[in-house]
Amino acid sequence: MDNQQSPPHPDTRRQLQMARSMCWHCQSEVTGEYFCDRCVKVQPVSKETDYFTCLGFPRRLMLDPKKLEAKFYELSRTFHPDFYQTKSADEQTISLSNAAVLNTAYRTLRDSIQRAEYLLALETGSVKDIRTSPPADLFEEILDLQDTLEEYRASERDSDQGHRLRATLQTEQEALERRKEGMEAQLRQLFADWDKLQDAGEATSLARVERDRILKEMRDLLSNRTYVNNIVNDLAATIA
Amino acid sequence: MIWQQQSPKQLFPNILIFDMARIVGIDLGTTNSLVAYMKDGQPCVVPDRNGRTMVPSVVALTDNGLIVGDSAKEHLTRNPERTVYSVKRFMGKGLADVQDELVYFPYHVTETGGVIRIRLGQKSYSPPQVSAMILKELKLRAEASLGESITKAVITVPAYFNDSQRQATKDAGLIAGLEVLRIINEPTAASLAYGLQQKTQGTIAVYDFGGGTFDISILKLKDGIFEVLATSGDTHLGGDDLDRVLVDLFIGDIRDRYGIDVGRYPDHMQTVRLEAERAKIRLSDELKTEITIELPEDKGRFTRELTRDQLESLVAGIIERTLAPCRIALKDAGLTPKDIDEVVLVGGSTRMPLVRQRVEALFGKQPHCHLNPDEVVALGAAVQADILSGGTTDMLLLDVTPLSLGIETMGGVMSSLIRRNTTIPASAKEMFTTYVDGQTGVDIHILQGERELVKDNRSLAQFRLKVPPLPAGVPRIEVTFLIDANGILNVTATDMRTAKSQSIEVKPSYGLSDTEVERMIEDSFKFATEDVTARKLIEARLDAEALIKTTDKSLVEAGHLITEEEADGIRTSLSQLSTAKNGTDSRVIRARMAELEQTAKQLNVMMLDHSLKQSLQGKKVSEVS
Ligand SMILES: Nc1ncnc2c1ncn2[C@@H]1O[C@H](COP(=O)(O)OP(=O)(O)OP(=O)(O)O)[C@@H](O)[C@H]1O
Ligand SMILES: [Mg+2]
Repeated sequence: MDNQQSPPHPDTRRQLQMARSMCWHCQSEVTGEYFCDRCVKVQPVSKETDYFTCLGFPRRLMLDPKKLEAKFYELSRTFHPDFYQTKSADEQTISLSNAAVLNTAYRTLRDSIQRAEYLLALETGSVKDIRTSPPADLFEEILDLQDTLEEYRASERDSDQGHRLRATLQTEQEALERRKEGMEAQLRQLFADWDKLQDAGEATSLARVERDRILKEMRDLLSNRTYVNNIVNDLAATIA
Repeated sequence: MIWQQQSPKQLFPNILIFDMARIVGIDLGTTNSLVAYMKDGQPCVVPDRNGRTMVPSVVALTDNGLIVGDSAKEHLTRNPERTVYSVKRFMGKGLADVQDELVYFPYHVTETGGVIRIRLGQKSYSPPQVSAMILKELKLRAEASLGESITKAVITVPAYFNDSQRQATKDAGLIAGLEVLRIINEPTAASLAYGLQQKTQGTIAVYDFGGGTFDISILKLKDGIFEVLATSGDTHLGGDDLDRVLVDLFIGDIRDRYGIDVGRYPDHMQTVRLEAERAKIRLSDELKTEITIELPEDKGRFTRELTRDQLESLVAGIIERTLAPCRIALKDAGLTPKDIDEVVLVGGSTRMPLVRQRVEALFGKQPHCHLNPDEVVALGAAVQADILSGGTTDMLLLDVTPLSLGIETMGGVMSSLIRRNTTIPASAKEMFTTYVDGQTGVDIHILQGERELVKDNRSLAQFRLKVPPLPAGVPRIEVTFLIDANGILNVTATDMRTAKSQSIEVKPSYGLSDTEVERMIEDSFKFATEDVTARKLIEARLDAEALIKTTDKSLVEAGHLITEEEADGIRTSLSQLSTAKNGTDSRVIRARMAELEQTAKQLNVMMLDHSLKQSLQGKKVSEVS
């Protein structure tokens, strides 16, 4: 497509950033996804390709980890630099960069939380916002907890007070962990809702409202969960 | 959308990959180094003439020049100031990093340009240069055995090596005249050797405790894919540290008993160190052992008994230090000990019974080491070499970066870009802009480590990003940090407004600059002729010695069969050759050898006759009986 922008021997790195439709090597049109049909050279994964597409999965939130892994292994065998050692320098550069994209894609999609955050960013075009204040329903509890933490940090670990505070913090940690699990259960429900809606594939206004509801609830839950998760980690590290 | 899967080989099954020069696999160890290659689908280690597979990682400067390996090891006590060992501990390090352990090294260590230098005679050598000498020795060994020139290698490093240490290893290869096609991690290399042997599936933990470093790697093996889930370790923890505990014990004893400070005598320090190591090794098989050390100033010898129990209580703390990384790696992999199907032991220090006990207690299963723990890393490197040359296609190693990579942000805080245990190749992009109108550069400081603050992490490099002078916030420079399959960082930058990439000159914090490496490569070629001269001399002397010995023997056995005149001629030639042998010119030695061969011709003929007759006689005798 971008004919005038394709010099005969293009700089591979620049080429990587362009939407791809033409083989960087022989300039014939590329129809296969990874290799030019004519000259069999590996093709760069387009910068526009999202991680779902990259791994060959639809934008769903309940992915089978076994299938994901199988696809990751298969594509690793396709792109890994180990298999390009005997090829040209350009092909080696492409393989390296494709493998890096593939690894990021797999890392993101493998974890259900990261996967949801990524999908949210794709669907709503915004980066995940990092919460700095506690979620409303946890406000009081978290403030109390912060005080206890301070007290514990200042106290003699081996004193009676130290032991008492530690016990309190432990109970608190368990409670928060349960809450986190609750949030994750809610998230799983939303994931299922999302997938069902996508599978139905309706373009009605009702479907649009449902989509927006799921995304909004998911965003809130994800950021609350991250907040709680950080506190749990902090707690665990302090009383460890 | 499902992507079509086509690989080039499926499309053209009959195309043969063009013949590639052989790639060898090298285990460049703290104590011992080995070279291996793939032969008929099986990796094998290259032995020397005497069948020994390990080359001690020791380099000595002698009057005849630099020597490496077994012969250099003999100089440890004879010539301690000029004999370098355990140089791997200095790779990619600055002087401040190793200050605490310098007392244990008899050779002189300084620093120039953030890189350690080791003084040998009149010259100073960086650790990569010393390592290059070991690599050259391995290269020669492989060339002699395979009868072809070797220019490409896979070299192993501890999994927990940081970027500077990996880069230093790569530099060592270059200086030795080797193209380092891949740096791979020692425990993962071991897993390749195991995988090839047993077609193992499941989750394995590789516990690698060698001479200078400790690594733990947890891998998932499935359908030929070796996926590293997590790795951890300590690049300054090994058998050397165990030896030091004993060294301290012995010199304390000697001080108490004889009032001698052995620390003041480098040669005796080496004797103590070597005896400490030998005692440690003996105690892996025996319950107690006798220590004997010659004392300086003719004070006689120091003896004492050491039991395995005593050794174990002394080193228990050090061995305990290997367990924390194991727990971290398990946690990072999201696993508990019972998820591990197999525990594999690698490295000489895993021969210690206490190590085995502790590992077994941690993982709750008996560890094994079916393959020789000394050789398994080199064998794995050969397998990886074969993968790279297209020989082995069903195996693929997916390794991880051991340390988080980040950049310095405001307030001296490190902002992480690529987390530890991320599968490599891995990349991260970061957009940079300016804060002041007309600003023409942005300084970027790259770090590796797990801590919050910049000062607690390892500085890798610093560079200045060039920015066109524009109003503040307008320039947009995208920097890509890419960790390649060697675990080595590559940085590129692109001006998003013009889509032009800019080259970046990175100043490594603890490494040789490119120009310095180039100079060292040149030097090493210059020295190559010197090295060849030294080698020729040594060979000529050995040959001369052999010739003198056989001629002497012939004179005794067949001297009565030649004329007195002839015998005198031979004796003259013999003494002339002896004189030449003590000189330093290999050509003179060769000439005198030729002369002797000439004068001894008649003797040899008679000798041949003589032995022929004897053997015939022997036959007759045996036929008769
Ligand atoms: N039987 C034994 N018992 C205890 N320790 C031993 C035994 N045999 C060898 N070692 C120790 O093992 C170490 C050498 O192991 P190895 O050859 O695996 O190390 P390396 O590969 O050179 O080092 P690294 O992998 O750390 O760079 C030495 O410290 C040596 O003393
Ligand atoms: Mg080793």
